This record gives sequence, C-alpha cells and structure tokens, in this order.
Amino acid sequence: MTTPLLAVRDLRRYFPIKRGVFGRVTGHVRAVDGVSFHVGAAETLALVGESGCGKSTTGRAILRLIEPTSGSVTFDGEDVLALDGARMRKLRRRMQIVFQDPFSSLNPRMSIGSIVREGLIIHHIAEGAAADARVRQLLEEVGLRSEYASRYPHEFSGGQRQRVGIARALSVEPSFIVCDEPVSALDVSVQAQVVNLLQDLQRDRGLSYLFIAHDLSVVEHIADRVAVMYLGHIVEMAPVQRVFSVPLMPYTQALLSAVPAPEPGLKHSRILLAGDVPSPANPPSGCVFHPRCQHPARDAACAGIVPPLEEKAPGHFAACIKQTPTTVSWEQQKSAGGTKPPELFVPPSLAAATY
Amino acid sequence: MPPVVPPLPDVAGIRSRLRRDRRATFALGVLLTIATCALLAPILSPFDPNAQLDISRLQSQAPSWSHPLGTDPFSRDVLSRLLYGARISLLISFTAVALAMSFGTLIGAVAGYLGGAIDAVLMRLVDAAFSIPTLLLLIVVIALWGEVSTSALTLLIASVGWFTVSRLVRAETLAMRDADFVVAARALGVPAWRVLGQHVLPNVVGPAIIAAALAVGNVILLEAGLSYLGIGVRPPTASWGSIIQDGSERVSDLWWLTLFPGLAILVTVFACNALGDALRDALDPRQLQAAPDDDTPIKAT
Repeated sequence: MTTPLLAVRDLRRYFPIKRGVFGRVTGHVRAVDGVSFHVGAAETLALVGESGCGKSTTGRAILRLIEPTSGSVTFDGEDVLALDGARMRKLRRRMQIVFQDPFSSLNPRMSIGSIVREGLIIHHIAEGAAADARVRQLLEEVGLRSEYASRYPHEFSGGQRQRVGIARALSVEPSFIVCDEPVSALDVSVQAQVVNLLQDLQRDRGLSYLFIAHDLSVVEHIADRVAVMYLGHIVEMAPVQRVFSVPLMPYTQALLSAVPAPEPGLKHSRILLAGDVPSPANPPSGCVFHPRCQHPARDAACAGIVPPLEEKAPGHFAACIKQTPTTVSWEQQKSAGGTKPPELFVPPSLAAATY
Repeated sequence: MPPVVPPLPDVAGIRSRLRRDRRATFALGVLLTIATCALLAPILSPFDPNAQLDISRLQSQAPSWSHPLGTDPFSRDVLSRLLYGARISLLISFTAVALAMSFGTLIGAVAGYLGGAIDAVLMRLVDAAFSIPTLLLLIVVIALWGEVSTSALTLLIASVGWFTVSRLVRAETLAMRDADFVVAARALGVPAWRVLGQHVLPNVVGPAIIAAALAVGNVILLEAGLSYLGIGVRPPTASWGSIIQDGSERVSDLWWLTLFPGLAILVTVFACNALGDALRDALDPRQLQAAPDDDTPIKAT
C-alpha cells in the first residue's frame, strides 16, 4: 500500500472537568482516547458510533478546530499538529469540513454567494469577476441555481443549505473532507440526494472523506472502510462488506442488529445491550465495552486487559481478546483472572442476514 | 451538539416589520420631529436663548402670547431655550450612546471571542466598574476636573456607559463562538480578526442596537440630572436639564420651567424606549418567515 493521504496516530482529546471557584481540575472527560487510523486517496472511511462516543471530536481534532491533547496527524507527509498559524491556514485549503446542522452552519447575515466566495478570496484563488464566475460554477456543481447567489440562507431548505455548505467546502479545492454527519439532520428523501452528490464529487475530484455517521445504512452505501467507535476508542475497523457480513466486535454486532431489516418477512433477533454508555470521565477498566458485552466468553480478563486493536483477518481489525485469533494468549488471560478461553462468536442471525 | 443559532432575518425584513409596527412608526415620528425642531432652532426660536431680555420687567413671567412657555429668572425666553436645549441634550445623548455602544461592542466581542485571560481581565474590570454608582462617579470626576465642556461631558458619559453593552455582547459572542458557521470560517482558514468582523459581530450587534435605543433615554435623564445638579453643561448654555435647574428653587410658582423641559424629556425617553422595544420585536428570530419548502435539487445543465 502507498502512503495514505491522512494518517492519525494515537490521537487523544481530554476535556478537563473543573470544579469550584478557582477551576480546580478534578478529572478529565476522555472524549477521544488513543485513536489511530488512516484514509487513503479517493477513499471514504466511515466513523460510526453512538452520540457522545467522540467521533465528531475526532473529526474536528484532525482539522485542529479542537486542539488535540496528544497524538499525531500526518496529512500528505506534513505533521499537521506541528504547523504554526500561517502554515496551518494554508493547509486548510486541502482539508475541509461539512457540518451536520444545515441551519447553524451558514452565517445568516451573508448571502450564499458571499459564503461560497469567502474561501476564494482568503486563499487568493480568484478575485473580482473571476471569483463571481467561480461561485456560480460551484453552486451549479452542487445542484443549485447560480442565480441563488444573492439570496440569504433562511430562504433555503435544509437540503439546499447542505449543498451550500458543500460548495463552501469545495471552493478551496480540498483533497480531504470531514463530513460530520452531513445527512443526519435531513429528511430521508433528501439524504439520498446529498449522499449521491457527495459520491459524484468524490468520483469527479478524487476526494477522500472521513464520513462521520450514526446511521449504518447510509454508511453501507458510501464507505469503503468502516471504523466503529465506542467511548473514545476505535473498537473495530474493516472494509465495509466485512463489517456488515462478519462483525467481530460484540459492540458492532449489537449496532448491526439494531438496523431495521429492509424486507418485511426477514426477521433477525435483536441483541439488546444492558445499561447505558458509561461516562467517558470514568471509563471501565480493560475493554471499555466489557460491562455491556454479550460475548459468551466474557470473563474477568476483559476487565483486566486493555484489548489491542489487532488484525483478526486481512484488513479486518477488532479490539477483543475473546475473538480468535488474538495475540493476547490464553495464559496471559488466565493470569488476569480469565476463566473462559477465547472463541469466535458471530451471532447466527447476523451471519445469516444478507446486507 | 453545537448550539442552535437563531437565524437573524435580513435588513429588508427587519425594515418591513418595523414599518408594520405602529409603535415604531409613532416613536420614529416623534424622534424625527424633535430632531427637526432642534435642527431648526435658529429659525423657530422667537428670541436669542441666552439673551437676558429685560431683567427688570420680564423676569420669571408666566406663559403668555409673547412668551408661550414663559421666561426664566434671568428674563430669558423658555421656548427658545427649550429648542436650543434640545440640540445640546440630543447631541450629548446620541453621541455618548454611539460611542459607548461601539466601544462596548468591541470590548465584549473581543473578550467573548478570545476568551481566556483577556476575557477574565476585561470582565473583572467591568465588574469593578459596575460596583461604582455612575452618577456618583461622574460627580466626583467633574468636581475634581472643574468645569467641563460639552464634548468632555459627552465623553465622560460615554466612558461610564459601555459596561452594560460589553456584557451583553460578550454573552452573545460566547454563544456564537462555537456556532458551526464560525467554526466553518476557521476551517476555511479565515484569519481571527476577519472571523470576528465578518461572522461574529454582525450576528451580535442586534442586542446592542436595542440596548442603544433604550440607553438614549437613560443618557438624556443622566445629562438632565447632572445639569440639574449644576455640574452639567456650562451656563448659560441651555439644555433640558439646565432649564429645570434654573427653576429648581421655585418649582411651585415657576412651574413652567420644570413642566415643559420635563415633558420634552418624558416624550423623548418614551419614544426611544418604544423604538427599542419595537426593534427587539423586529429582530426576534421567531418572526422569521419560513423558508421555501422545496427540496428538489436543480440539476446543472
């Protein structure tokens, strides 16, 4: 494999919890706790997980819209976190973001033309009449009439606003875009249109996406690879077909079982998780998922050993010491209090269902 | 989850809603009439406002045909003084408010957007300033200074008037700082000063404008109060407060010296407050008309 466009290594973002008048730090919310992945050129990596699992924070930390606590981000060979203000602004031309909420992501006081135009001016891509022409071209490229340029955001619907947000991101000709739940706030009928637009743009421009989502059906459609996040950790990462056919991490299995079956006759049993997501300020020891895990071999070793994200099959990574094969030997598990040897577990209903 | 930003309507929408608001039309009409009278004071005034017409015969005359609002103890025509006084009172209050609003907005936006130590220092400063009674502070400063010119008085009033606005704007800025469109601007590589000027400020000035309309009334009262205490505009210059001061020792028999400038203050303050209320309603995002319900993309040809 060639060097990836974006490589993220051991990224962490802790938010301090402050108490009292003097803001004494009493703990940390581990929003992102040691996340590593890469995104290749023209590739889409989907980042999925429940709300609060740190997926948006990860996306924003990569772009330094939130400063990471530690870790490294390498974009096209450049160490992103080491750049000073001026060079970071320059790099922003190549990394963009599309937001979830189409109603708060556009400045209500600017016409959509000037919103799309701003990036062109800031980065000296075009000026004057050339910039206007480019704005019209961009609007048409995202499926909006160029005459709309003089209108204001409140005159548009959610789907149209999202297109403006995409045009703004495209204006600076990026090669990588963080799509932070770009369709979650839209009607289902509009979701498909926006997803198709993103795919067309990817094909035409060779874009790479980090596609953050909580809706697995959208992810299945657009992603090349999927990374599943839980409580600030990536717990599974694999090509999209693998994740949907043989999910190895018990959490992913539970997520998938929650996707409604597309056919009325097709029934599969739901894996019902017990309890709530634990607080990221005080995550469980060992495997962060172990208190809610349904794996038959779950035992005391799960609470004692932090599971490495290891390659279970070619290109298929999962963080579970109970799914074979594992590099954490049975002897090690036994010394950590393990009583049940690892075994491969895929719920039969999931393995049978065709996605 | 990012905070939902109240989408503010465009200027045309605000204007059309203000026009439909009877309160606003009335208040604007009143203010414009008063301002016109002030501007045309040299034409409208029957006498020189500072001329002592006849100290032996025209002293403290009640309203009559030749002096519709009477004369003061120095035999000056009160109507003329009231018209010229409007110039001073309005000039001081509008200028002071404009200065205070601009400065307060700037400080509030910078403190709110940059946060951290700068924010803490600026806001503790404002806290300290808040704990000193404005009128008392002005009295002390002017007493130490001696006599002050009109422009110095304006500056002084402005310098104690920006605290409230800065607080207000800071709070709005804090809410706006993490709004998606502000984050988007940063993601585009827009420099901080431009993010502040282009994206944050236009979305936080609304409350400041409303506060300004309400503050004009307060400043007119403050100036009147200072002049009443004899430390406002320098005699014989007329202001609404100073006319009242001239009659303050004999309010019961020289009632016209208190009543007419008092009425002028009352009407102006009332109009400013009504305008402020109307502006607040016009800027209310809930009055925003709905976006077109059309999600069909228009494919480029």
